[in-house]
Amino acid sequence: MKTWISMAGAAGLALAAAQAHAQIDSIKLGTEGAYPPYNYYDASGELIGFEIDFGNELCRRMEVECEWVAQDWDGIIPALLNGRYDAIIAGMSRTDERREQIAFSNGYTTTPAWFVSGAESEFAGLETYEETVAALEGKTVGVQTATIHFNFLEQELGDSIEIRLYDTQDNLNLDLVAGRVDAALADATSWTAFLETEDGAGFAQFGPGLTGVDFAVFGEGVGIGLRQDDEELMAMFNEAICSMVEDGTLEAMAVEWFGFDTSMPCEQ
Amino acid sequence: MVESFGPILAGAGLTVQLVTLSVSIGFFAGIGLALARLSPNPLLSYPAYAYVFFFRGTPLLVQLFLIYYGSSQFDFIKESPAWVVLSEPFWCAVIALAMNTTAYTSEIIRGGIQSVPWGQIEAARACGMSRFLVFRRITMPVALRQALPGYSNEIILMVKGSALASTVTVMEMTGIAKSIISRTFAPVEVFIVAGSIYLLINFVVTRVIRRLEHRLTPYQRTRAELEKEEAQSGILGLGSLLGRARTR
Amino acid sequence: MIELLTYGETGWGDEMLRGAGVTVIVALLAYALGILVGMVAAAGRMGGSLIVRGVVEVYTTVVRGVPELLVIYLLFFGFSGAVMWVASTFGYTDYIEVDNFVVGVLAVGVISGAYSAEVFRGAIQAIPPGQIEAGKAVGMNGWQIFHRIQLPQLLRLALPGLGNVWQLTLKDTALISVTGLAELMRTSHVASGSTREPFTFYLAAAVLYLVMTTFSQAAFQRAERFYSRGVRMASG
Repeated sequence: MKTWISMAGAAGLALAAAQAHAQIDSIKLGTEGAYPPYNYYDASGELIGFEIDFGNELCRRMEVECEWVAQDWDGIIPALLNGRYDAIIAGMSRTDERREQIAFSNGYTTTPAWFVSGAESEFAGLETYEETVAALEGKTVGVQTATIHFNFLEQELGDSIEIRLYDTQDNLNLDLVAGRVDAALADATSWTAFLETEDGAGFAQFGPGLTGVDFAVFGEGVGIGLRQDDEELMAMFNEAICSMVEDGTLEAMAVEWFGFDTSMPCEQ
Repeated sequence: MVESFGPILAGAGLTVQLVTLSVSIGFFAGIGLALARLSPNPLLSYPAYAYVFFFRGTPLLVQLFLIYYGSSQFDFIKESPAWVVLSEPFWCAVIALAMNTTAYTSEIIRGGIQSVPWGQIEAARACGMSRFLVFRRITMPVALRQALPGYSNEIILMVKGSALASTVTVMEMTGIAKSIISRTFAPVEVFIVAGSIYLLINFVVTRVIRRLEHRLTPYQRTRAELEKEEAQSGILGLGSLLGRARTR
Repeated sequence: MIELLTYGETGWGDEMLRGAGVTVIVALLAYALGILVGMVAAAGRMGGSLIVRGVVEVYTTVVRGVPELLVIYLLFFGFSGAVMWVASTFGYTDYIEVDNFVVGVLAVGVISGAYSAEVFRGAIQAIPPGQIEAGKAVGMNGWQIFHRIQLPQLLRLALPGLGNVWQLTLKDTALISVTGLAELMRTSHVASGSTREPFTFYLAAAVLYLVMTTFSQAAFQRAERFYSRGVRMASG
């Protein structure tokens, strides 16, 4: 193990692609680029979404140069720890499990998790949590890997349903439309975007909206993920987020992208 | 590292299933395709050539995604009986792996068939064997034996290729490894565990084929050669694993 | 279906071609790196000490026996950490950034190198020992034998194998799409997710890969013929 690391490391130093961050006048923001309406690519290959606008506004307020880096969801935390970028702005909920690895800024968005299935499926019209759990017994439920939604399914329903893991929400949507999964669990805002599309027209939410109030696994809203020792960056982000909350910019942005206010009060 | 070993090993069963199914299908389909390719009838040989050309010229990942995600783009597929199979990620992975290995297997077997000395076929014809009998008793056995080293390599490529099934939600070894990482964020250890199991599977595959080859070619060895083989097996004895591997 | 593949703001044609460009660049760099690594490894395997030979054997065996996807994940997730670990032993504790283009090239190069090493080893072994003995007999030293007898023949003998390695390297670049690098596969992935027309985009990707593999194969065949011009073949 140690020899492996030193060999690979020596090769890396020789390649000299490495550089260090000295002071904060430019930062890199990691995002996924496959999670509409939070962050995704349009047909011109441009990265757009609520969080792209949000991140760019933060950078303007913090007076730093920002560069976006796209990173698959699976590796989004390891890549932050490895220094590929300095902050994660990718619809990441603040959970205790993640806090063991990284630190989080103030929350900037909070939304419930929804189950979605075909509008005419057997699940249509279910309301209580108990009904939902009973109806899902033995069914195939799709969810994105490494998400709070997956953790919830595994913890609460792992024994009674078949969980199918997707690397992106886009691919989960494709399979939901294709009928490879009976139902799917994800964040309400990403469902809102999907249900508005042509393909999503035949689908609907069912069961109750699930939040951190009832299930701790859902965490405390979405925040910016940072390395635990980046205290200076943390302070800069928190200040910028709070200024966006206070002057109503964040609410306006949420309404623009989600159709309703998802912003959270300033925690400081 | 220890706690990830159990779950990953549990996924090895699915890996072995994927490989066994796709290799079995690919073996027979590959023979058929090789014969079509060698056929004097252009209606058989050209489509066979096109098939091999496509599957060897594109990455397996593209083929898998075409079958898995691509098939769901069309309503007529979703309404056809084929959807029963195509709606299952496991079967999509088997189909992609099998179609891919069919192309490579056919080329290996074609090489084997072409290496059969013409004199042997003439001799069999002279004995009064029918064309089919010649094929069954002379051409195929000799061709398959010739093809074995290359085929061993092909099976290893399938073992490795089965890891791609994890990209279409199949929870085989790599899929499980990935899901453990999403919780523990310790990729290096998890992948070292998974990698060792893959190596072990490939080691077994190589050994089994080696033995088969050994048994099918007793006449080719002298005592001196046996001793030489022993000496060449490499310092760590690892040379025997993948020793004959060719790239594709 | 076709309008999705057009150029410009509404179509994905330009993104797909750009992705194909990245694929070619990554493949070329990884291939070059692989040849370098392969030559060193083959030399180590043939003439190195017992330890060197053992290391090379482990490298070629492990890399060729483990799924490419695993090797890519390993370097992708472990490489920056490894660089920082080494740096920290020199007292440097800041974050070091390694671009995922670099990691992609490195990962595919490491895989390519293991196969190249085997090709070079086979090529060296294919040179008749009589020629080496003849060289020794006229008083050449090891270096002279290498660069006067072995090296000139190496390229010709290794070319067919290296052609195979190139094809494999080119196709393996598709796997680095998991690192988020916007090469052809990743671009198709993004496009098909965004437009919900996966078949269209994966088929377009397949065609682009086919164009790349076909053209490069033709180039290798020409090169083979060129370097074999002084050799009389058994057939034809």
